[in-house]
Amino acid sequence: MKAEGRVVCLPADIDTDVVIAGRYLRTKDRTIWASHVFEDLDPGLSHRLKGAIIVAGKNFGCGSSREQAAIAIKEAGVVAVIAPTFARIFFRNAINVGLPLIEADLDCTDGNLIKFNLSQGTVEVSGKRHKVRTLSPRMQEILGAGGLVEYWRKHR
Amino acid sequence: MSTLSERILNAPSGEYVDRKVDRAFACDGTGMLALEAWKNMGASHLAGETEFSIFFDHIAPANNTTAATLQHELREFAKSSFMNLSDVGGGICHQLMGEGVVLPGEIVIGADSHSVTLGAFGTFATGVGATDMAAIWLTGETWLRVPESIGIHLEGRFSGAAEAKDLALAYVGELGTDGATYQALEFIGDGVKDLSIDERMVLSNLSIETGAKAGLFYADDITVRYLRERGHTVKPQLPESCSYSRDIEFDLSDIVPLVAVPHRVDTVKPVDELAGLPLDQVFIGTCTNGRYSDLARLARIVKGKKVAVRTIVVPASAAVLMQAIRTGVLSDIVEAGCTVGTPGCGPCLGAHMGVLGEEEVCLSTANRNFKNRMGVGGEIYLSSVATAAASALEGEITPPEVA
Repeated sequence: MKAEGRVVCLPADIDTDVVIAGRYLRTKDRTIWASHVFEDLDPGLSHRLKGAIIVAGKNFGCGSSREQAAIAIKEAGVVAVIAPTFARIFFRNAINVGLPLIEADLDCTDGNLIKFNLSQGTVEVSGKRHKVRTLSPRMQEILGAGGLVEYWRKHR
Repeated sequence: MSTLSERILNAPSGEYVDRKVDRAFACDGTGMLALEAWKNMGASHLAGETEFSIFFDHIAPANNTTAATLQHELREFAKSSFMNLSDVGGGICHQLMGEGVVLPGEIVIGADSHSVTLGAFGTFATGVGATDMAAIWLTGETWLRVPESIGIHLEGRFSGAAEAKDLALAYVGELGTDGATYQALEFIGDGVKDLSIDERMVLSNLSIETGAKAGLFYADDITVRYLRERGHTVKPQLPESCSYSRDIEFDLSDIVPLVAVPHRVDTVKPVDELAGLPLDQVFIGTCTNGRYSDLARLARIVKGKKVAVRTIVVPASAAVLMQAIRTGVLSDIVEAGCTVGTPGCGPCLGAHMGVLGEEEVCLSTANRNFKNRMGVGGEIYLSSVATAAASALEGEITPPEVA
């Protein structure tokens, strides 16, 4: 899986309450989640995420198991999230909804172009190529199918 | 020699395994999303051998028509698919699964991050999101990476006014919010022997606040007795010598009452440093501190006095509420000016029943104080029940007196 996008930098320890607040969980309307994503961090951020790659600090997605966090980020148009580490439930949720995650500790400059190749485990920032940890074979399979729903539609 | 996680998952740390799930549960919030994923998977019937449950606890009773309609759909699904259903007022999933349901050595998956609470029983219990839960409904299995383990070695006994919650905040402060990411915690040592099931559940509960996949106690005589009283015959799990990725030691007698200040659970200070901080609300409850022993401790402190600030008490389950009614604990609490909500999660996640106004300050016995979690602009401090009770009486953060 290959893709590219412009960088949006975020700090470390982004929790899922900040990704999508509890007050927006009383619905199944994904457009509501997408329009309020990261609202408590930066109310204007949701409009800058189409085609973006989020580069964040460690422990991205910590806290609650709410899958709406991963869905909100994906629905807002984010191509992938790159961070040194992810909270484990968020990690599974993101892959399950078809949002690629890359474990890498990158220097972050807003607006930089990033390209990545998930199967090779490479990330290219401003022409410089970094080798990164690849996803487990199972996660690659799920992501390749487009998410866990699609995976089980095929494998049932 | 193996850690408890390695023993239960039957593989060495680092390995990816597929495992049958003994019990799986979802709540109103995650359940409705799991149901959508389940339908989209084209699934028609539940996997045979797993016990499935649905709990209405997060926004229960529903706060508006949208939530009520979504919950109605989930409730009908639970009934028609013959899942166990705990409806409004039954209580918090983790509490109910811990009232004599989960057993040592089982693999239990909950669609809620605080599912780690059930590690208190020597159960490998962890949280997943909604789509993972739907896949478990479909297959009865899930994949897991067997975690490395951090040993939390306990010795001594609590002294003064310190309680399990203070130790929990102490270890979260020590490890940090990602100190155990992708790993498990194991609580071991002589200090464990005197800890009640309620105290163990508090310690397991906060393990997710370090990023841990599980927070495990070995089942011992206390576990065996607790489960025997609830109709189960189980054997203790004897620890083997094993190596941990990291070892942390606590002498319980050194633990002092602590408070986690906004907006992180790992920014922990002794309560003395915060004494006098004015409060708008005190909240006592949740899967951390809403058990009968917590309510009894609250009652002991506030009995015959009056709280000086609005104080919301939410029992963790109907059984907790019933016990508090029978023993008179509830009347002591209400006479002291506290109000009591429907058993469940209460305002912890900021969706209903006690959210904060802008710039309001709450002292809570919950497990998360993330920015805006209990309402936009509100600030959440986290403490033990004793600290919360003492503070409710004064209307400001107050160190608890020695019992």
